Amino acid sequence: MSTATETINSNFKERLGLRQWIGRIFFVIILMATLFGLIMLAFLLADIVIKGHEWVRPELFTNFHSRKPEEAGMKSAIVGSAIVLAVTGAFCIPVGIGAAIYLEEYAPKNWLTNFINININNLAGVPSIVYGMLGLVVFGRMYGIFSPGSWFVTTFNIPVNPGAVGGWIFNLFGIPWLEIHLPFGRSMVAGGLTMGLLILPIIIISAREAIRAVPNSIRLGAFALGATRWQVVNTNVLPIAAPGILTGIILALSRAIGETAPLLIMGAFSYVPFLPDSIWDQFTAMPIQIYNWISFPQADFRIHLAAAGIMVLLAVLLSMNAVATFLRNRFETRW
Amino acid sequence: MTMQVQAHQQAAIPIEDPVFSIRDLIVYYNNRMAIDKISLDIPRNKITAFIGPSGCGKSTLLRSMNRMNDLNPEARTEGQVLFNGKNIYEENTNPVMIRRNVGMVFQKPNPLPKSIYNNVAFGARLNHYQGDLDELVMRSLKQAALWDEVKDKLNKSGLELSGGQQQRLCIARALATEPEVLLMDEPASALDPIATMHIENLMEQLKEQYTIVIVTHNMSQASRVSDYTAFLSLEKERIDERIGVLVEFNTTVGLFTNPLMEETADYVAGKFG
Repeated sequence: MSTATETINSNFKERLGLRQWIGRIFFVIILMATLFGLIMLAFLLADIVIKGHEWVRPELFTNFHSRKPEEAGMKSAIVGSAIVLAVTGAFCIPVGIGAAIYLEEYAPKNWLTNFINININNLAGVPSIVYGMLGLVVFGRMYGIFSPGSWFVTTFNIPVNPGAVGGWIFNLFGIPWLEIHLPFGRSMVAGGLTMGLLILPIIIISAREAIRAVPNSIRLGAFALGATRWQVVNTNVLPIAAPGILTGIILALSRAIGETAPLLIMGAFSYVPFLPDSIWDQFTAMPIQIYNWISFPQADFRIHLAAAGIMVLLAVLLSMNAVATFLRNRFETRW
Repeated sequence: MTMQVQAHQQAAIPIEDPVFSIRDLIVYYNNRMAIDKISLDIPRNKITAFIGPSGCGKSTLLRSMNRMNDLNPEARTEGQVLFNGKNIYEENTNPVMIRRNVGMVFQKPNPLPKSIYNNVAFGARLNHYQGDLDELVMRSLKQAALWDEVKDKLNKSGLELSGGQQQRLCIARALATEPEVLLMDEPASALDPIATMHIENLMEQLKEQYTIVIVTHNMSQASRVSDYTAFLSLEKERIDERIGVLVEFNTTVGLFTNPLMEETADYVAGKFG
């Protein structure tokens, strides 16, 4: 009597056992590939927490860097990172969303659009240190046009002072509402704009994906009711794409907050024992403070304070990512 | 009624005081001709059906009547579409105004991800409706035979309704801009028979106030609901190029019981399609 599992037809040699074994081996390989990253992250986190947890104490947030490790903190770095991030966001959120809307909703399909598309993807792959050099030349030094004594400065009598003193101050109703310093130098404006350039392609790409995910039937439906293109974008496309766009922005900003290389090139200081007076002031940032501590010879700085700094930075990063995930899951339209 | 039989074997009856007069309309997609020299009058306050085999340009013809083809950058239109005697393809006509007066219902229900109320109010708000919005929403939903089913959940999302309800919501949404014409592109093809029946009954009521043009691949639907029928087909001489042409336009009764063209007779008898 034959059962369903036995070979009935001799023209086939199923070798079922072998095939199932191959399947099991493959399963184990891909499971290990998945766990590898996770295990590495766990080791890294455990190592950092073990070395740094006793050093995450109030002084870390309330004190500036000090020569004595027990008194050293990263107050100016935290404030610096926050302000640089604000400048970055203020610059690249409107520009990024604007470019994404243009490219998805308005741009005609021609060689120029294709050229732009390719190069936005290229820009996203440019190493951050290159952005640092770009930012240094364009924002930090402004090609030397505004260096003291250049013909431009002497001809037009432009006030050029390093740091937060001087500059152009514009008054409205007696209130100084705008202050501009040329060149941007080592200020947080220069750092923030450079970071903005760095993450702009990321924001554009993710915002475009969110906009593209809006079904075309929605656009047609709105057009058919007599909406103008801007009304279609404003009343339907953007509200539907907003959670996706916001998620992309947060993830891009969380990349900016961890970036070190561009700020090093821009000339961010590693020792800033004061809080900035304005966005035109000198600054330091969390990754630079950590980098600085790691280069100290004393174990307290090199191992423990650096680990504590990394814990703070990671906490900020992970909570930003958590907010992004929450926004995406909570507000995304389900069709 | 006099019959004009044109050069490329087309029979179309003339219509008194038409809403639309389509004259020698040609539409290209990517420089490929999709429909060739279609001339047709759409009678006022009647239901006109476009029937024909798939790919013969029924939807293209429909979309040229509210300039939705303009949104496809690959589409190019020649000829005239006179809406109340004015060519909507003239340079100074604004497609936004056309679409606001010529509503459209799509094949797949496409409610906006907003509340039922806001779905209906959307078009009215776009065009700055000056009257009582609550009243307009209620009136439109009643016209679309949906009011009784949704009056207690106007703040619920339009996406939570069933397919048939969604389609009636889309009809209500189109009616809320107070259009003159309602274009319907296979409005029941994604719906079950009961929902289809609802839509067909609704069209019967709506034609008292509106001119309705419906594209359908369902011949029995065309014969049930429409007063006039246009039969489009692929041009025989250039069959490989798949060019849609008008074969016959007549009253629905005339076209189904006494077709003038042999091709029409074959199609309504179910010999091809």
